[in-house]
Amino acid sequence: MKSRHLPLMATILIFILAYVLCYMQFPAMLSTRVIGNLLTDNAFLGITAVGMTFVILSGGIDLSVGSVIAFTSIFVAVLLAGTGLHPLAVFALALAITTLFGAAMGAVIHYLEMPPFIVTLAGMFLARGMAFVLSIDSIPVVHPFYDTLQSLYWRMPGGGRLTLIGGLMLLVFILGVLAAHRTRFGANVYALGGGAATARLMGVALGRTTIGIYALSGFLAGLSGIVFSLYTTAGYSLSAVGVELDAIAAVVIGGTLLTGGSGFVAGTFIGVLIMGLIQTYIIFDGTLSSWWTKIVIGVLLFVFILLQKGILWLSHKRATTLEHAHGS
Amino acid sequence: MFFKSVLAGATMLASAVFGATAASALTVGFSQIGSESGWRAAETTVTKQEAERRGIDLKFADAQQKQENQIKALRSFIAQGVDAILLAPVVETGWESVLEEAKDAEIPVILLDRTVSASDDLYLTAVTSDLVHEGRVAGQWLVENVGDRACNIVELQGTTGSSPAIARKKGFEEAIAGHDNLKIIRSQTGDFTRTKGKEVMESFLKAENGGANICALYAHNDDMALGAIQAIKEAGLKPGEDILVVSIDAVPDIFKALDAGEANATVELTPNMAGPAFDALEAYLNDGVVPPKWIQTESKLYTQADDPMKVYEEKKNLGY
Repeated sequence: MKSRHLPLMATILIFILAYVLCYMQFPAMLSTRVIGNLLTDNAFLGITAVGMTFVILSGGIDLSVGSVIAFTSIFVAVLLAGTGLHPLAVFALALAITTLFGAAMGAVIHYLEMPPFIVTLAGMFLARGMAFVLSIDSIPVVHPFYDTLQSLYWRMPGGGRLTLIGGLMLLVFILGVLAAHRTRFGANVYALGGGAATARLMGVALGRTTIGIYALSGFLAGLSGIVFSLYTTAGYSLSAVGVELDAIAAVVIGGTLLTGGSGFVAGTFIGVLIMGLIQTYIIFDGTLSSWWTKIVIGVLLFVFILLQKGILWLSHKRATTLEHAHGS
Repeated sequence: MFFKSVLAGATMLASAVFGATAASALTVGFSQIGSESGWRAAETTVTKQEAERRGIDLKFADAQQKQENQIKALRSFIAQGVDAILLAPVVETGWESVLEEAKDAEIPVILLDRTVSASDDLYLTAVTSDLVHEGRVAGQWLVENVGDRACNIVELQGTTGSSPAIARKKGFEEAIAGHDNLKIIRSQTGDFTRTKGKEVMESFLKAENGGANICALYAHNDDMALGAIQAIKEAGLKPGEDILVVSIDAVPDIFKALDAGEANATVELTPNMAGPAFDALEAYLNDGVVPPKWIQTESKLYTQADDPMKVYEEKKNLGY
């Protein structure tokens, strides 16, 4: 087992162990309903977390995604309520806007050599502000096409539902894994995360890759906003506050190194499931304060940061011993 | 390292294993908005008390003001197979699909203190107070106690445009309509807060000859009334005597003011929405009685004659 696989294995182990513990206390936790819920309820978080994984793999951060989700949901609701456009056309428009928005942030980061933290923080305020300009009220979406999309689900044995949005999240994760490990773009992202100077020497087009990464994150945040609007059949400018932080947490719990260069899209999937599992457990229990979710996630994050530090230290030590071995 | 991670995963489970609830007749899930106001915190406390009194196993989920958390909670309740769900919805829209899932699973849903825009066959009933009625009760009290003498009223409104402010104003005006001796001479927003209530009352007093022209104050909530009482005292007048004070909500502090003779009446917005909800639920599950789609809670009037300190003692630990 390579040491870079260690965080991923730890994530999977924690998930299985936590699930077993939950199951021992509440047998109903192992039902298709709960599994269906985990996928449906976390669909918007999962989709945006895939984008976040690429951003963090490249050594960056994207704080704008939560606001972009809120913007998209209200944008879709306002347009559907105010014009006769078909939802599919509105979706395409929303995705074009959010993708361009991400690309613009990527361009600023690359060409002006600004830290991603500041640029995407500005993006966060901008997108949230735009959402409020569109409407401060919660706007319901009433459209037959939405009813059709919502009625598309596969009823699993046991009454659980694999909904369209849950399935879409799975698809995005599969495509994300393929993009990360089977494409030139994915290789460039890992190279960029390993260090810009090295990446340039390897012949990676830094500008194109950076813009591509943030455009992808913007696109997926937009898609996540559409999923959110299907999830609640409404648009609301105050929704999805702090989702960017949940996404970052899912990526780190999923075993991706915050400094970039190492991690797996599949790990993020497990990270999202772990966070969903904690929430489900707390609701099943029904007596714990829901703020325990945050506490447990905080503890898990801390454990993973320590784990990553430990692995770095170990591999460094091994490298030096090897050098010594060669020297003698 | 693995051991440490396992430990972290186990911490969240540990406390619950010991606090596991005993099996009981009914299991009810309650999805609460959050604890943004004292009243809501009191509602949570009272709901828990009501459940305990009836031997209902209450699963409580605080949504931290987020609709997505409420939807998740509802889905988890359904997955868990609870007997019924109480929902205090954070917004009106976006509940159709999850309420349909509950209906499919034959789990009745009761709305508490707010309603949703979804079709009403998706929930069993809604238990809410009638905000207009609250204003009416406050107005009626004034009509009955002022008698025939001329009375100039100043009004402290809630947050501009908010539904309680609009409804409580409307109800009060309905109640005093037809009594020409009662007249609202000034009406301004005090934003439901104590400080704003005090500030606006100070300006009322200055504008109305130091308060000599004012006979009564109507405040859309107790907090503004409490601020205004302070302003009246600072102006050298006696609240409750020189200027009558009537307000709405019945928070604990207003009972202290009632006891001190500084306030005259308050209309209760009861935090006990769960009591009537559980009554309706038990009747429905045990005897098949289908409740009406709207259950109105009582808007009880409290005056100085109602032993305010006793009520204060009852209310002070509810979390207001």
